[in-house]
Parts: sequence; structure tokens; C-alpha cells
Amino acid sequence: MSAPLLDLDNITVQFGGLKAVADVSFSIGERELVGLIGPNGAGKTTIFNAITGVYRPTAGHVSFLGKKVGHHPPYIITARGIARTFQNIRLFASMTVFDNVRCACNMHLKHGISHALWRGTKVAAEEQRIERDVMELLEIFGLHEQRDENAKALPYGDQRRLEIVRALATKPKLLLLDEPAAGMNPTEKVELMKLIRFVQEKFALAVLLVEHDMKVVMGICERIVVLDYGLKIAEGTPGEIRANPKVIAAYLGKETAA
Amino acid sequence: MFERTKLILVACIAAFAALSPLIGGMNPYYFNILISVGISLILAVGLNLVNGYTGQFSLGHAGFMAVGAYLAAAMSLGILFPYLDPPQWAPTAEELAADPQATVAKWTYPFKALWLLFGWLINALFWCHNHIIPLGAALPGWGKFLFALFYGGAIAALAGLTVGVPSLRLKGDYLAIVTLGFNEIIRVVLQSADPVGASRGLPGIPLATNFFWTFTFAALAIYVVWNIVHSTYGRGFLAVRDDEIAAEAMGINTTKYKVLAFVIAAFFAGIAGGLYAHFFQYINPEGFNFMKSVDIVVMVILGGMGSMWGVCAAAVLLTILPEVLRKVAKIEALPEWAREIAENRMIIYSLILIILMLARPQGLFAGWVKKKTRPA
Repeated sequence: MSAPLLDLDNITVQFGGLKAVADVSFSIGERELVGLIGPNGAGKTTIFNAITGVYRPTAGHVSFLGKKVGHHPPYIITARGIARTFQNIRLFASMTVFDNVRCACNMHLKHGISHALWRGTKVAAEEQRIERDVMELLEIFGLHEQRDENAKALPYGDQRRLEIVRALATKPKLLLLDEPAAGMNPTEKVELMKLIRFVQEKFALAVLLVEHDMKVVMGICERIVVLDYGLKIAEGTPGEIRANPKVIAAYLGKETAA
Repeated sequence: MFERTKLILVACIAAFAALSPLIGGMNPYYFNILISVGISLILAVGLNLVNGYTGQFSLGHAGFMAVGAYLAAAMSLGILFPYLDPPQWAPTAEELAADPQATVAKWTYPFKALWLLFGWLINALFWCHNHIIPLGAALPGWGKFLFALFYGGAIAALAGLTVGVPSLRLKGDYLAIVTLGFNEIIRVVLQSADPVGASRGLPGIPLATNFFWTFTFAALAIYVVWNIVHSTYGRGFLAVRDDEIAAEAMGINTTKYKVLAFVIAAFFAGIAGGLYAHFFQYINPEGFNFMKSVDIVVMVILGGMGSMWGVCAAAVLLTILPEVLRKVAKIEALPEWAREIAENRMIIYSLILIILMLARPQGLFAGWVKKKTRPA
């Protein structure tokens, strides 16, 4: 494995007396597909939030591309190349499909805001470039025909996909997916697995996937990290994880003497 | 598609220039209403960027208007600001001997701390003002007026920045209260600011605002806000309104966008204030009170938050409405009771607002214009 893209070094996130995440370390290499699983309340989303700067780790630090991410606000972390989706869909409700993706191109604009005020000559060219990029992305995901529809009017599966498209528009090197399969039926889940793999290959990304659905996680992840009560209890290939007694205990409970 | 909006802007300005001599000769009463409509347009379109598109509830727009009005007027009248004297640091022996109690009270003056914090800053600002005034005075004719307008707008924008940066960490009601507080601070400071007439108001401002300038600036305000909102940058404002957390995760610096919206809105409010001052030729701190802010907010809400043409229509309607009611009260053919009702035009005005808000809470014109997504 090459030098890690993302490295979590003894991350602890504490809310008052509650340690949501305690001393968790793992790393993600370039173009790697890693799963993060654990029972409810294990701290998966907290780790996501610590990586993306929504929370600041109480102790330990996150490095991305060899540099500490530290205390930067989320938008800077996104600019560095970490994009995410949300567990409960957070699309921009008043905007169309096209505009949702366009928003994410914001930080790649080459002209300053003053050009936008006066509609300077650079603006038209930039807007055309962005429109082309956005439409290209939407076409890849088959959403181009709904470009003028309100984002909230899309079917659930499409909204999930649109969130991924929007995240990709920030041109990330690492994509964090927070329970993308939540609320999907089995057919949609199979589609999603294909989609995630496709995205990872097409855009040469590393993906960190939080997911409850074992079929999805076991099916596509190269490596899996298991959390329980904020602690990392296991890490390994899907095969290893499936056989790990600690993981089985965390999910199904221990055998006790009757 | 290329620069269609710019063409429309130029056409509008040309049309205003052509119409200006015709309109200049119209009935002064109607002319008065017309100019008020233009000023309302600038105010409402600017505030729409903050309250409508960015979703930040600002209740202090009249404060920015006051800043623009007073500074533009000060520029036109050549008013210099006297520097504040530093407070006395310690009582002298004679003072103590003469009246110990009063002297101690004066000595423990709380303003001493305020001076340390802000006094030098205020004097620095006054210094800048006093040195910019001669620059404006040297300009000929319209140049002087435009310089005064832009000066007022720039200082209002600066005020927007100073208010925006600390207070935009607040949300919803809290932000509304802080901006309202800012409005009141401006009003109270102006009421006691002697160089600009304190609560007596500032009379004798030269008449310079005309149809052309008012509507040219209204067109400019609409043009700028339209451009910014329909650009990729501008989608950031809407993103902030829709979901701040998602916006941050998409690489949008939400604080920057909020402050920017505030600054642009404040700039146009300052311009509107300058136009107002140079049209009515008299300004008074009471003219920029909380109620004035509410009037502008009502235009934005009634027009439909974040609907450009809705807000424009509401600004026109709400400016004309009280005058229409005044006219109705004077129609001889109407029965006595109807005229009496129309006589209470402020009550009817409020009633119409209440009814409209109950019937169309999303705004009068929201959803009328199909949302456009292609870059215009």
C-alpha cells in the first residue's frame, strides 16, 4: 500500500462525559474502498464528522495527504479533497437538480466575486464550462433529463444518487458515504453497489463507506473497520471480519451460560 | 445569450435618460411618489439578497440607509466632523477641592474605557471623512452628487461589514434582534450628533436626485442582484439558506457568503439613502427608525422571499398603496362611509398586509415566474 491518503491517528471525540469515539486509528490508501461498520451508536457518523471538520477531535488528529487537517472548517477540508454525503439526505431543497450540483462547483471558480456582480467577460466562459462539467456528471449518473426538476421532487434513490453527484462535483480525492443504502430496496442496493464501484474506478477515488447493510459492505469493500462503543474492535478483509469473534459478539451478543 | 442582461440594463438606462426631461415636468405630487418608488425598489431588492436569497433575517436595513443618507448629505454640504477629545484621565487638585463628589463621578466616567476601545477608531474615521470631503467638493456638477452617493454607499457597506462579521454567527430571531439593535444605535447616535443637526434633522441638502439617477440606480441594483443570484457564486447564497451544513460540506464558506450579502445590501441601502437625502432635501433620524426597516422587510416578504420580480412588484405596490388610499378618500362620488374608511389608510394598509399574509404566506408573486436554471 502506498502512503495513506487519509490517516486517523488516535482520534477521540468526547461530548461532555460521553466518549463517542475513543482512540480510533486507521488509514485509507489512495483508490481504496474501505467500509466502516458497527452497531447503532458505535461512533461511525462521529468519525465522519471529525474527518470533515464538523466536530473537532478532542484528542488525536486527522491527516489528509500527509498534512494535518486539524481545526479547519468544513469548507476548507472539502477544498482539500474530501467530499461527503449525509445519512439523512441534505440536498438543497429549493434548487433544481442542476443547481444542486452547480453549487458544489463554487470553489472551483477561477474568477472573483466582483466578476459575478458585473457579469464580466470571464463569467460567461466560466459558466459555460461549469454547465458542461455539471451536465457531464449528471449524464454519467443518468440524471440529466431531470436537470430542471426540483431536487426534492426526485424519487428517493435518485436523491441519494444526486447527493453523490454533488459530492463528486467538488472533485474530491476521498469520498465519504454515510449510509447510502439506507431506505433502499434490495434491487436498488445492488444498483448502488455497482454505482459505488463504478464511481471509485471512474473518478480514481478512495471511498470510505459507512453502512449498516452487511451485504453491501461485504460485497464491495476491500477492507473493513469495525467500531463498537467508540472503540475499534477489528480491521481486515471482509472474510476476516466475518470470522472475527469480537465482531460477531458485538453484533449478535456473547454466548452466556444459561 | 451573450450579455443579454447587460443589453437590457443599457437599454433601461437609455430609456430613463430619454424619459427624464418628460417626467421632470410632471405633477410634483406624482413625481414625488415616483421617486419614492425608485428608492423603495433599491432598498427592497438589496434586502431581498439578505432576507430572501441568503435566508438571514435582517431588521436593520433603515440603519444602513441612514448611514448612506447622512454621509452623502454631509459630503454635499461639506460638513466636517469635529474630533472627539480624549476624556480627562485624572482630576486636578483644584477640581477635587471645588466639588469632590461631582469630580469623582466625572473621573470614574465609564466613557474612558469606551474611548480606549473606540475613540481612536472613531477619530481615525472622522479624519478620513474630513479628508475625503474636499475631494468630493472639487468635483463638478453631477460628479459631486455621484461621489456623495458612492461615498454614502461605501460607508454603509463598511457598516454592513462591521455589523455582519460579528452578528452573522447568530441565526433567525437573534440576528433579527441584533440588526434591529444596530438600527436603533444608528438612530440614537444621529439624534445626538450635533454636526449633522442631531434630532432637529439636517436641512438644506441640495436637490440633485432626479428620475434618471433614481431609476438608473434601481436598475443597477436589480442588475447586480440578478447577476449574482443567477451565477454559480450566487447559488452559494441559496445553498446557505437551504442547508448550511450541506453548503459547508460542498466547499462553500457560509460566513463569507452571509457577510457578502450583508455588504451588498448595505451598499445599495446607502445609495438609496443618498438619493432620498438629495430628493427630500431634509433628513431626520426619525425617518430611519425601526418602522422604516419593517416597511422594507414587508416588501420582501410580501413579494415572496427570493423572488426578484415579486419583490419589485411589492416595492412598487406598497409605496403607491397609501397614496392610492389617500386619493380614494378624496373621491366625491363615493358614499361618505367608504371615504371615511379610506381616510384611515394606515389601518387599511395593515389590514391588506394581514389578509395577504393569510392568503399567500409564500408571497404575492412567488411561483409566478418559472425558476430558471440555465445561466442567463
